[in-house]
Amino acid sequence: MAQDAGLATPDGAPVNQAGATETGEGVRRRDFINIAAVAAAGVGGLATLVPLISQMAPSADVLAESSTEVDISAIKPGQAIKAMYRKQPLFIRNLTAAEVAAAGKVDVSSLRDPQTLEQRTKEGKANWLITMGVCTHLGCVPLGAGEGEVKGEFGGYFCPCHGSVYDTAARIRKGPAPKNLEVPEYVFNSDTVVKIG
Amino acid sequence: MIRIFSILVGLFFTVALLWSFGNGAYNQITDPAAASAEELFHKHPKELALASDGPFGNFDRQQLQRGFQVYQEVCAACHSLKLVAYRDLKQLGYNDDEVKAIAAKAQIPVYDPHTGEVKSHAGLAKDNFPPVVYGGQGSPPDLSLITKARHGGASYVYSLLTGYAEQAGFKNEKGDELLKKFPDLKTPEGLHFNPYFANLNIAMPPPLSSDGQVTYGDGTKATVGQMSKDVSAFLVWTAEPELAKRHQTGWPVVLFLLFATILAYLSYRNIWADKKH
Amino acid sequence: MSFPWANEYKPSHPFMQWMDSRLPLPRFVYNAVGAGYPVPRNINYWWNFGFLALICLGLQIVTGIVLAMHYAANAGIAFDSVEHIMRDVNWGWLMRYAHGNGASAFFVVIYIHIFRGFYFGSYKPPREMVWLLGVAIFLLMMATAFMGYVLPWGQMSFWGAKVITGLFGAIPLVGEPIQQWLLGGFAPDNAALNRFFSLHYLLPFVIVAVVVLHIWALHIPGSTNPTGVEVKTESDTLPFFPYFIAKDGWAALAFLMIYCAVVFFAPNMLGHPDNYIPANSMSTPALIVPEWYFWPFYAILRSFTFDFFFIPAKLMGVLAMFGSILVWFFLPWLDKSPVRSGNYRPLFRKFFWFGLIPSVLLLGYCGGSHAAEPYLMLSQIGSFYYFAHFLIILPIISSIERPDPLPFSITESVLGHDGNAALGAAA
Repeated sequence: MAQDAGLATPDGAPVNQAGATETGEGVRRRDFINIAAVAAAGVGGLATLVPLISQMAPSADVLAESSTEVDISAIKPGQAIKAMYRKQPLFIRNLTAAEVAAAGKVDVSSLRDPQTLEQRTKEGKANWLITMGVCTHLGCVPLGAGEGEVKGEFGGYFCPCHGSVYDTAARIRKGPAPKNLEVPEYVFNSDTVVKIG
Repeated sequence: MIRIFSILVGLFFTVALLWSFGNGAYNQITDPAAASAEELFHKHPKELALASDGPFGNFDRQQLQRGFQVYQEVCAACHSLKLVAYRDLKQLGYNDDEVKAIAAKAQIPVYDPHTGEVKSHAGLAKDNFPPVVYGGQGSPPDLSLITKARHGGASYVYSLLTGYAEQAGFKNEKGDELLKKFPDLKTPEGLHFNPYFANLNIAMPPPLSSDGQVTYGDGTKATVGQMSKDVSAFLVWTAEPELAKRHQTGWPVVLFLLFATILAYLSYRNIWADKKH
Repeated sequence: MSFPWANEYKPSHPFMQWMDSRLPLPRFVYNAVGAGYPVPRNINYWWNFGFLALICLGLQIVTGIVLAMHYAANAGIAFDSVEHIMRDVNWGWLMRYAHGNGASAFFVVIYIHIFRGFYFGSYKPPREMVWLLGVAIFLLMMATAFMGYVLPWGQMSFWGAKVITGLFGAIPLVGEPIQQWLLGGFAPDNAALNRFFSLHYLLPFVIVAVVVLHIWALHIPGSTNPTGVEVKTESDTLPFFPYFIAKDGWAALAFLMIYCAVVFFAPNMLGHPDNYIPANSMSTPALIVPEWYFWPFYAILRSFTFDFFFIPAKLMGVLAMFGSILVWFFLPWLDKSPVRSGNYRPLFRKFFWFGLIPSVLLLGYCGGSHAAEPYLMLSQIGSFYYFAHFLIILPIISSIERPDPLPFSITESVLGHDGNAALGAAA
């Protein structure tokens, strides 16, 4: 009230917060302009959030590395390589016939994360076991892909951090890990080149 | 007291300035600095109109592809393009396979910090253009940002490429002849006279010297002027790949702000309607 | 802290009452920028620039924090990391152009704000503290802007850092050790770049703190106004909310529109091409110039071309450049005229419009040009007037000038002589 002392309109009508006289139609139209102005400013403010938020999403150079092509021609049966895929280790393993057979003999229903080797490889390429080299327990890199590394009691991979053991289909068999090693999306571009991601 | 002190300090600075001014003026009268050859004979860039000019500007992809071809076949022999990645070429209208094929032609050196060895592999879409080893005289600049790094931008590049001239008999607009005024300034051996270059003599020999130096796939006639224009347009893109998106975003933003300003002004008038001020 | 007729904060909602008795933050905001702060009703659009400066500060801090998420302060990769922002980071180009042009916008606004103060005598009692804090903010801004310009590690960044730290080398005896200490080396390199980045991130928050003090000090006597006559009665003022929020609001949107037009359509207009060339310690650019907002001071620095008695020209230039800003600190005691506003000071007004403004514009023009004639002589003329204005002319005219008659009150100036009666009837 105080600010309006001596500032009332000629006919003595009180002045409202927005300065418009409180006489019907005029009030509504004028309030509408104020509300519209505040709303427009609000919309503008929200729109500026778009770049401010999306700048933190992966940048173009990072996204450019979201798929990798790997030449697998030099991997002999029984051998494996560690490749880098999205800045994380990727195991590509050429299973021997014995390893494929060992994986097939397991009773799937007894597994913690039931999957067959066929489900984890491409049709006709059951010997190519391609998985992330990231233990599903807490993210360590399991042993078994490198030359001379411990493969664990099931002949697959062994995670030294907390003792998770994976079999020849990289399925979890023992230890704390809840899941099998993750199989990324991939396609065979040819018999010798795999495109991961 | 403060007043006297401040006037004294003021006198100190003003008298020192008068001293500098007087000395400078005296030197100017007794020994006026002669205009240099650069001041008298350096030319401002020619006019160049590109599709990317102005607030509505967008790239002409066809022209950028031609410009890229000129870069690849001519400029790339000496000049690198280190800030541009092969994947960026998709913006010129190439598809994934074409980009892959272009990248694969390049060898990307990779330094292995463990062994100290430099190995190289065939380029991939994610790689940047490799550095260019240059053995000759001078140091060819990287071209990624060249149109932003020179006064005049694309016009400068275009003028430089088309501006090589015969030094003998070269005159400026006033009709003064360079070699008559500055007989000592004959272009040294191994340099090339170009009035659009800051100091008039450039180490780069005329890179685009004859029509048909490249063969355009789209049937455009590859005159020296056309090639220079195309490569200038291409270098605008390498320097400002965001230009098209910037213009496209700018219009809605500015128009929205115009709308919001008008609303806010009406609201202001409304709130102040019965307040004198 | 305020006028007796200021609206009092009276929360009606029980929660706000609960809040008010425990943490009276809403009351604080109400009294600072709400309906509880009475503002002279006659302030004109020159008074909008304080609010605009606040917007610029916010804009710079937000975009700056974003850029710091992607920038790498290492001499080997700083330049490329900026280009990474421009090319690969989502909206990175917008963030960087908004930040670079934001610095320019900030200085445009702050210069108008400062010259508003010069003209309307905003530095005079009882507002000396507001003024002193304001000059301190300006010095902090200059330091922040300078260090920010070094970060992209282009040619101008590098040589700017070299030249500006070289100024300290002009100090007798201790100059060179100080320069090496500032740079952490013999020339700008990694050490300098890293500390500049650290300080460039820190100083804006120091600025925020001093801005709080600046506004606090302002709220003690309240804003001045174009007449320079102090507020006397309630009819002289209107509450900040909604009147001045509405006025600042629309001006802010108009300002943002111009700013965005530059950011989107001419983002490199105010920059220098040489800063798109990576830093090269072996090759100096043909013309080393700072950003435009430092040009007047740079011209003063360069206008001392001859040793003055035993003082070397270089030292003289450095003294004058720092002196040209430090003199602002003494302004409240140099200009002792009891009349604040230039509108009522005929002599002062002439010197302001035909002396100070042209000399500063001339200095700005020369500061961006080559250090050669005629620019040196022109900047000597500009500097001469600049120092004479503050140190000689202002103290003298404040004692000899006959000011025009002042209005009795703000209300009277708004409504003419019948002021108070008319206000009641015709407002």
